[in-house]
Amino acid sequence: MPEHQITVNGQPRALSGVPAHTNALDFLRGIELTGAKEGCAEGECGACAVLVCRPAGDGSRWTAVNSCLVPAEALAGQEVVTSEGLGTPDHLHPVQAEMARAGGSQCGYCTPGFVCSMAAEFYRPDRPDRPDGFDVEAVSGNLCRCTGYRPIRDAALALGSPAAGDALAERQQRSAPSAVGRPADLAEALTLLREHPDATVVAGSTDLGVEVNLRGRRSPYAVYVDRVPELRTLSTGEVIEIGAGLALSEVEEGLGGAVPLLDLVWPLFASPLIRNGATIGGNLGTASPIGDLPPALLALEASVVAASPDGEREVALADWFSGYRETELRPGELIRAVRIPRPLAGLTAFHKIAKRRADDISSVAIGFALDVEDGVVTRARIGLGGVAATPIRALATEAALEGRPWTSETIEAAALVMRDEGSPLDDHRASAAYRSAMLGNALRRLWAEMGA
Amino acid sequence: MSVGEALPHESAALHVTGQALYTDDLVHRTRRVLHAHPVCSPHAHARVLRLDPAAALEVPGVVRVLTADDVPGTNDAGVKHDEPLFPEIVMFVGHAVCWVLGETLEAARLGAAAVEVDYEPLPSIVALTEAIEAESFQGGQPVVTRGDVELGLAGATHVFSGTTEMAGQEHFYLETHASLALVDEGGQVFVHSSTQHPTETQEIVAHVLGRQSHEVTVQCLRMGGGFGGKEMQPHGFAAVAALGATLTGRPVRLRLDRTHDMTMTGKRHGFHAQWRVGFDDDGKLTALEATLTSDGGWSLDLSEPVLARALCHVDNAYWIPHVRVAGRVAHTHKTSQTAFRGFGGPQGMLVIEDVLGRCAPLLGLDPVELRRRNFYVDGQATPYGQVVRHPERVVAAWEQVLETGDVARRRREVADFNAAHEHAKRALAVTPLKFGISFNFTAFNQAGALVHVYKDGSVLINHGGTEMGQGLHTKMLQVAATGLGVPMERVRLAPTRTDKVPNTSATAASSSADLNGGAVKDACDQILARLREVDAGRGLPWDELVREAYFGRVQLWAAGFYRTEGIHWDSAMMQGHPFKYFAYGVAAAEVEVDGFTGTYTTRRVDIVQDAGDSLSPLVDLGQVEGGFVQGMGWLTLEDLRWDESDGKGRGRLTTQSASTYKLPSLSELPDELNVALLEHAHEDGVVHGSKAVGEPPLMLAFSVREALREAAAAFGPPGISVDLPSPATPEAVFWAVERARTSGEHHLAVGLPGVVPDRKDPDAPSLHPASEQPATAPTGA
Repeated sequence: MPEHQITVNGQPRALSGVPAHTNALDFLRGIELTGAKEGCAEGECGACAVLVCRPAGDGSRWTAVNSCLVPAEALAGQEVVTSEGLGTPDHLHPVQAEMARAGGSQCGYCTPGFVCSMAAEFYRPDRPDRPDGFDVEAVSGNLCRCTGYRPIRDAALALGSPAAGDALAERQQRSAPSAVGRPADLAEALTLLREHPDATVVAGSTDLGVEVNLRGRRSPYAVYVDRVPELRTLSTGEVIEIGAGLALSEVEEGLGGAVPLLDLVWPLFASPLIRNGATIGGNLGTASPIGDLPPALLALEASVVAASPDGEREVALADWFSGYRETELRPGELIRAVRIPRPLAGLTAFHKIAKRRADDISSVAIGFALDVEDGVVTRARIGLGGVAATPIRALATEAALEGRPWTSETIEAAALVMRDEGSPLDDHRASAAYRSAMLGNALRRLWAEMGA
Repeated sequence: MSVGEALPHESAALHVTGQALYTDDLVHRTRRVLHAHPVCSPHAHARVLRLDPAAALEVPGVVRVLTADDVPGTNDAGVKHDEPLFPEIVMFVGHAVCWVLGETLEAARLGAAAVEVDYEPLPSIVALTEAIEAESFQGGQPVVTRGDVELGLAGATHVFSGTTEMAGQEHFYLETHASLALVDEGGQVFVHSSTQHPTETQEIVAHVLGRQSHEVTVQCLRMGGGFGGKEMQPHGFAAVAALGATLTGRPVRLRLDRTHDMTMTGKRHGFHAQWRVGFDDDGKLTALEATLTSDGGWSLDLSEPVLARALCHVDNAYWIPHVRVAGRVAHTHKTSQTAFRGFGGPQGMLVIEDVLGRCAPLLGLDPVELRRRNFYVDGQATPYGQVVRHPERVVAAWEQVLETGDVARRRREVADFNAAHEHAKRALAVTPLKFGISFNFTAFNQAGALVHVYKDGSVLINHGGTEMGQGLHTKMLQVAATGLGVPMERVRLAPTRTDKVPNTSATAASSSADLNGGAVKDACDQILARLREVDAGRGLPWDELVREAYFGRVQLWAAGFYRTEGIHWDSAMMQGHPFKYFAYGVAAAEVEVDGFTGTYTTRRVDIVQDAGDSLSPLVDLGQVEGGFVQGMGWLTLEDLRWDESDGKGRGRLTTQSASTYKLPSLSELPDELNVALLEHAHEDGVVHGSKAVGEPPLMLAFSVREALREAAAAFGPPGISVDLPSPATPEAVFWAVERARTSGEHHLAVGLPGVVPDRKDPDAPSLHPASEQPATAPTGA
């Protein structure tokens, strides 16, 4: 397939002449496919969701993504389906028919995005074939201001399975288009980075897209690493290693529950629309103090594998964050993977405090990884987000736990220590006092839920 | 029959396939479009000393910079002449001082960044409490009075007083403001606009351009949500686009991105209330004195009518013998707060619900019982003099909710749960709703429609209302099909535009189905009367009858008109009969609060809403559910934070995007949500016996707020009163839980004099719209 086109709803569409910063949404709307809408331009509302054909096992998977975040260029050579491509008013797609019948649309503006998110779940190969087999979480990254969601939930739960001969279902039997126009392997990616020191590394573009849309960031050159094979590896052997370029939804599936603490993080990490794009490499590279993964990975004593033309080096995550949104990554280096050592702690928990239950940024996030043997805390690792300029370990609290008996007295004493960890700020998400109170209560809550 | 059928939205198939067109979708089908981008003030209040667009014009692709000098007509975007379109003094952070037109949006954005503006910062008032302190008010100061409050308080067994504050709310319609203006032959202007009030948009565009109304046409295909945010706010944006189009001769598109929409456009008013209340031995209200201050923002906008409606809803469903409720609008350096679903009603009602929720424990009464005891009974009138018709419907809805919601059993279960759980508490609260339907402003209670029957028997209707998702067009199609006795598929509805039906009222106040439905029905009745004559009892099939009528030179189309009868209002006295009727509803909500964090879930909600004889039950169900969840958002989650510091960011909205301003998502949908429409609810004198349903259900969400209050209280000893901020975010609930657990402190004063509400400034004007009758007119009762 020629490099500079995207297959949209089965039709090749030329990308030539499209400026590099143009996102997929504007590209699609520019070719008069105006079903996808801009609601927020930062991946929070899902009104722009479309389906992209992504690799999955031997075949492929229709994956819903926020088209406002993804550069059109990043979809070169790929296949995209929009709400217009799913069905027409005279021949509604099953998802569209259910949404219309159930009263799932009022103003209709968010509806095409909902339809695409629902269609992705509709086509999930391992989805149980029963009326309640639909995971409504699939639409948790889509906002509707009119319906109150009940009819949308009901429409989703009423869906059956794709009919025999459904073209999009059959498409998933074949592999996704190969990634063209981007580095074929790690060596090529590193070469590009050396040749273009000012290049932006792009995987899911869930963070960069916001910078581009809301803050006018314009990168002179982009290196797309989401299809670099060395960044897409995943092993769960003696050391657990997760490729930095895998989308979080792929990591979740690939780990298959091997790291229980991460399974507590996934449902709280943004939305499926974001997890279908966002990567671990991006999350650690962005180094936000309120990212959701660092507190968990700190508790897991993870390390970062940075690759350069000279080879690889491993940096403990506890040493990785050097300042507000700064890391130890050197020029020319690429985050290749994240390693999590075994044995994993026996007792893990993840607490995320936010205004909204789903798809919100945390005020405070806490990852716990504790070992308790014979009634004594033998190891305690606690990662914190939202209470300092970087994600941090709660070292004083860890010390207050280790070697002590696993009792409510120990917890209470450690809770008083934990309350004073970090240096939280007042902002629109939470007051400093609330953040500190949440730190103190986190251990008490852990004890109430998992103690004795 | 079509009226009363549960039909999907008339555009549902277009919505789900992405084929439904919104204003900004037209841009991609229009050639040579220019894109507009604002230059926004970084200051809350400042004088523009110098504005130099020269550097912008150097940016490739920039075509023109629109400034005050370009305005041929009136430099004003409002109807009160206090909203300069291109200001010399900026009044809030985000205020646009000029607009840049570019070949691409990117060019316009870069051009806007290049415009040089020098400001002289001026002192600013940001917080509502700062405005009260500084006595910074705007507009009239109405007072609703009945009886003698002093007497009522003196005779009360229990007197409490306190203050209540509530935040505003961002509309967050998914479609941001959009306009696309084109110049017709002869320089006439055609504007596509996402507007709930096409006629007013037309008028503002005309006065900015210095044209007559007949030279400007405004069309609204549909909106991606409005909720009141597109009633008054679109006008200036449409005017900028129209100005650009007339000056360049090219189509101009103006679409706000989300950040601009949130920083530039008005929101629901936050309110501050001081109040004193008296109860007798039985817990019956004896008197209420209150002063409500709304945060109007930088211009008057719709703040006066919003305030009037707030004052008219402080009673909610409760009889209060002696009342004095005063209102005033604060002038602050923020966005110009405006209409939002409920239009002040929710804020007024929140006051009395907050009063009852906080006082019930101190009276030793179950809040369910306290509310029930104070309901209006037949023959009683509101404080503004309107007899409350059908008060028994609140009782019917209340009893139905208690029964179908199994409330008695579940409250026992809640008590058992709370006894067994130290770190989580549940509560179940029930609240009523009474909401007046009609525009307070009498003149707006009129509507027009055009109904065309073509020779082939097909029907095209056009009316003055706009579609924003509320299902108005669906209902109008049903009214027309029923009115003419033809199947729905023979009727088509054409987009709302001002050259079809003129002088329309805003699609607002929940009354668009009442008003436009009346007008559509009137047109259908006229046509049907003529056709009956042609038919002369023969019972001809529709197509044949139509054909025969045409050849008999009988007019097959009609203009319909409707005006609401029996209403009158004197806003100087704040007395009269402003509402055609009241809509009623009741909700019971059960929540569970986590004591460690203050986070909560809404476990179950049961609602009975009075929609009259529903015109379109599926549409009405959607309005009830959607309104309820939107109300939950306002009361629990949505957190407008303004920078009130003295720093550089003073006056900035810090929650100005979807990532910082959180509206309810699927995760906030109650685990169980049961909605029923009240039966035997026919409303005489309204189209097909129906009732309005757009706004009222929003206020059912008080049940959730009151349940959160009671759940927080359950962490402390019995009988404590809990203050709960609005919105009751997890953090706010957490601190309420902490207070309940530790000190049990609250901020109510007990006994007289207590918190004495500020009295009206005697020099302040009353409200004075032009169209009203004096209060001496005979009351409708």
